[in-house]
Amino acid sequence: MTTRELGHDAAPRVSFFNDPKIRGYIYQFVVAAILVGFIAWIIGNTAANLAAQNKTTGFDFLWKTAGFDISFSLLPWTRASYYWEAFLVGILNTMLVAFIGIIFATILGFTIGIARLSSNFIVSSLATVYVEVIRNIPLLLQLFFWYFAVLKAMPAVRDSIMLPFDSFINQRGIMVPRPIPDEQFGFTWIGIALAIAAVIALRIWAKRRLEATGQRFPVFLTGLAILIIVPTVVFAVSGASVSFEIPVLERFNFKGGLQIPPEFAALLFGLTIYTAAFIAETVRGGIQAVNHGQTEAAQSLGLKENDRLRLVIIPQAMRVIIPPLTSQYLNLTKNSSLGAAIGYQELFNVFGGTSLNQTGRAIECIAMVMLVYLTFSLLTSMFMNWYNARVALVER
Amino acid sequence: MTDIGFVRSDMVSARPAPHRTTGAVAWARKNLFSTPLDTGLTILGLLFLAWIVPPLFGFFIGNAVGPNGTVEQCRMENAGACWAYIAAEMEFFIYGFYDIPEHWRPNIVFALGALLFVPLLIPKAPFKRTNAVLFIVVYPIVSYFLLAGGVFGLKVIPTEKWGGLLVTLIISVIGITLSFPLGVILALGRQSQLPIIKTVCVGFIELIRAVPLITILFMASIMLPLFMPQGMTVDKFLRAIVGVTLFTSAYMAEVVRGGLQAIPRGQYEAASALGLGYWKRMWFIILPQALKHVIPGIVNNFISLFKDTSLVYIVGMKDLLEAVKTKNDTALEWQSGNTATTGYIFAAMVFWVFCFGMSRYSIYMERRLNTGYKR
Repeated sequence: MTTRELGHDAAPRVSFFNDPKIRGYIYQFVVAAILVGFIAWIIGNTAANLAAQNKTTGFDFLWKTAGFDISFSLLPWTRASYYWEAFLVGILNTMLVAFIGIIFATILGFTIGIARLSSNFIVSSLATVYVEVIRNIPLLLQLFFWYFAVLKAMPAVRDSIMLPFDSFINQRGIMVPRPIPDEQFGFTWIGIALAIAAVIALRIWAKRRLEATGQRFPVFLTGLAILIIVPTVVFAVSGASVSFEIPVLERFNFKGGLQIPPEFAALLFGLTIYTAAFIAETVRGGIQAVNHGQTEAAQSLGLKENDRLRLVIIPQAMRVIIPPLTSQYLNLTKNSSLGAAIGYQELFNVFGGTSLNQTGRAIECIAMVMLVYLTFSLLTSMFMNWYNARVALVER
Repeated sequence: MTDIGFVRSDMVSARPAPHRTTGAVAWARKNLFSTPLDTGLTILGLLFLAWIVPPLFGFFIGNAVGPNGTVEQCRMENAGACWAYIAAEMEFFIYGFYDIPEHWRPNIVFALGALLFVPLLIPKAPFKRTNAVLFIVVYPIVSYFLLAGGVFGLKVIPTEKWGGLLVTLIISVIGITLSFPLGVILALGRQSQLPIIKTVCVGFIELIRAVPLITILFMASIMLPLFMPQGMTVDKFLRAIVGVTLFTSAYMAEVVRGGLQAIPRGQYEAASALGLGYWKRMWFIILPQALKHVIPGIVNNFISLFKDTSLVYIVGMKDLLEAVKTKNDTALEWQSGNTATTGYIFAAMVFWVFCFGMSRYSIYMERRLNTGYKR
């Protein structure tokens, strides 16, 4: 009788094709081969198609004049501007609507999310109805509704509806007074910067003192006071003044003031209202995820209601809320591309639409648009990884 | 004997009965008026309702023009929703430009779908396996030939003519049935130990998730013809389905991955110890548990997909929303102040019913499958 030696160098007695390692190599080789073959096939086809259509490729078109109008632009835009400028205008328009939308959606979403948890029956029911109605209707439909059924159905310029503070609303958008700061106003900006710096310093000092002596300092109220009082005093002392340019109805249209185009307003309304419903659900989930035992533990430590929320519940809820919240922000940014459907000139509309049609450089234009969204997405996930690492529970 | 300090000689009067803890008054006290702030919120809420409900009621029912009304009534001052417009254009909203004498064909497809799908949803209905095979394999083939025609003397109807709710439903049903298995495979690939397979899956998932659906559909409509050999054209309908399916499968993969990560290592090890190979391990042990965990996420993806079908106008399909928009813009005989609004509200109601139904069903299913945690 022979005994087989046991050891790590004893080869497993399996046939060649049943060895998991070799199988792994074979699977991977097959996948890689299919993928490379597929890509080669696509590139070959594309080259043949482009050659047949006598089309050229390359990014040289970026330095040609665009020759189309962009009605809403943060940068100076003329028909003689280049395509790369159109690209920048598109990115800025996307970022503008996304930025303002994120601020409003956060405020509305947190309000509604907290309202859904209210013990008041009417408040929580209203919040529930809002969430269930809004998130079950496609965003595009909501945008069409705001644009075609609400804002475009407003009266003509002559019969504009008057709003408070010299604002008007009509078919061509919303007109509000434009604040014009005079030259002395620069001091107020410095005042605001100083106030922010002071509040940050105050916070650091208060935290150090709390750790050293255990004494509390009302940072929030003091900070708020500093933020309000310092700029106001500077504004008054420097003798600055802000005048308002009021929109005035002339023969055919309004002149002056800040004119918000209906496309922008509709996209902003739609994105805010739609995303707020999702943020509300995130917030509700986050608050409910905090174990009730935490509230009880905080009570038994003798913390007051306020401190209980601020020091125990909210930090733990935020840990759950922030990651899905960031992905909602990213969704809002991506969804702003639907502005193309109602004629807001954001990135997709300007570059994937008009520029692409004029130049015929489909691959280049789409690739550039996708690259921008990819960058937004990578930045978001970088932030998320950093945050998750920061707040991760340290378990022993 | 020691002196007893105090003995009460008169009866204590009866205390008032405690506040009721049941009934309408107690309920209102607890849920509406528990604190002064609460009372204030209740009053605010009631004022809001009083402000918003009467106009809405007036618009939808009170001043609305019924299905038998005329366009003159819709054009009157203070007229509400113009349901007559919806009733008149209903055929277009459901079938698009599909030939009118052939409408019985989509009708059979709808009926057959309901007949096969409803028993699938009811847990107690028998013959689940046969039913599923019929619905997933046989039904699409039958439906395709019935809708497209060309066999048994049925008139050929090109997909360009399909439209309305028909298209919305077809794209979402196909998208859902294809994106789910694709998503599971991608999620398994992402968890794989094999570096090339893992890289390919991660790259695909992250790339798709990073860009808006609108760009993917746009790619499908503009770049797909460039990618194909010369002379080969891809049907618009197919482009839409490919775009929507690929997009959803990436999101599905992330949801399924969450479920896979929630399964304790012991389950993998126990399955290996039983001598199960990779696929058996996944199919019998891991996936049933993992998928159960993530039902809400999966259904949320289905709901998103259903809503996202409204974007297929990019590739030139006339889905429900696009059909409504087309009629709103072009049906001059129905032009009135509220026509467009009514059209959009109708589309919203249809979308809402489907999405809300799906989310309710997922809650029901979640409770039913919640076997592990019931005490």
